[in-house]
Amino acid sequence: MWQELRNELHPKGLEIVTIGLDANVEAARDVISTNPPEHPSLIDQQHVLGALFGVVNVPSGIWIDEQGMIVRPPEPAFPKPSPLLDAPIPEGLPDMVREMLQEAKKIKAEPELYVSALRDWVERGSESAYALPPDEVIERSRPRPIEEATAAAHFELGEHLHAQGNVERAAHHWREAHRLHPENWTYKRQAWSLADPVQGPTDLYEGSWLGDVRKTGAENYYPPLDM
Amino acid sequence: MISTSTTVTRADFEKQTGWHIKPEGACWGERCIPLPEPVSEPIDLAAISTHLSMPLVHDEEAGLWALGPESGGTALMTAQAADLMLPDWRNETFSLSSLRGKKVLLIAWASW
Repeated sequence: MWQELRNELHPKGLEIVTIGLDANVEAARDVISTNPPEHPSLIDQQHVLGALFGVVNVPSGIWIDEQGMIVRPPEPAFPKPSPLLDAPIPEGLPDMVREMLQEAKKIKAEPELYVSALRDWVERGSESAYALPPDEVIERSRPRPIEEATAAAHFELGEHLHAQGNVERAAHHWREAHRLHPENWTYKRQAWSLADPVQGPTDLYEGSWLGDVRKTGAENYYPPLDM
Repeated sequence: MISTSTTVTRADFEKQTGWHIKPEGACWGERCIPLPEPVSEPIDLAAISTHLSMPLVHDEEAGLWALGPESGGTALMTAQAADLMLPDWRNETFSLSSLRGKKVLLIAWASW
């Protein structure tokens, strides 16, 4: 998905690193291996990007300069408009899947703005208005109250137990993570997808993709870019 | 970080959390938090949890402890990027610091 932009910007000094947040490593590997990119493509089984950088949804982009300093904290990052936006919804889908696609079409993404800002930074480095000073990077990163830090610990316990095959106990910790940090979509969607591939309602979890997106409002699924 | 006991080795603690124990305290990059007493090996999870505001969750049934990230501030407490170390899709270890000297765009995505 990012290879095209990498072809353009790698000669100018940018490397792209994609990181799949996937407790199911094979699922991520299957996607990557169908079209292996030239850039590093990592798998983050424990969602450490949540604890380390404050990633709460995908896709999220983080900019890091030549000295290893973050110059933009996590924000929604799309290389191009989603093909889903213009594609007609196929006939004959189950009701819930059709409704999910209808909601997904309402989700706002800003690929043009994001990519033009990225090009500007690659060209101009710290002179780019899009490269933020350290104080602003910290300030713009998500607040982390005790509840959200505790949710991260529960998520990690859940992942550990799930990998051991203890699905019931994993679900207990993932439910706690969802309760303590309801705005974290990676915790929710990860758990839902392992219980039901289309992330519908199950006995294991309170929420579901369609229900939670409707509750949040599809238009609020991603925060607007603050460029 | 996950632990099967209430103590962890310093090496494990540093590798799993990204914090480093130094004479001036517990440090994340150049940011250091003084500790009330020198840290002895092995590290007591309950004590370090209190000093660094990192929640410690215990699952008695599974015999596991999980230490969450630092709380009370923001997700990023410094703009210095963590030295992210993760396996790539071919299971080779990749370290973010190997790209020092280049601009880097990290993209979080998922198959789900």
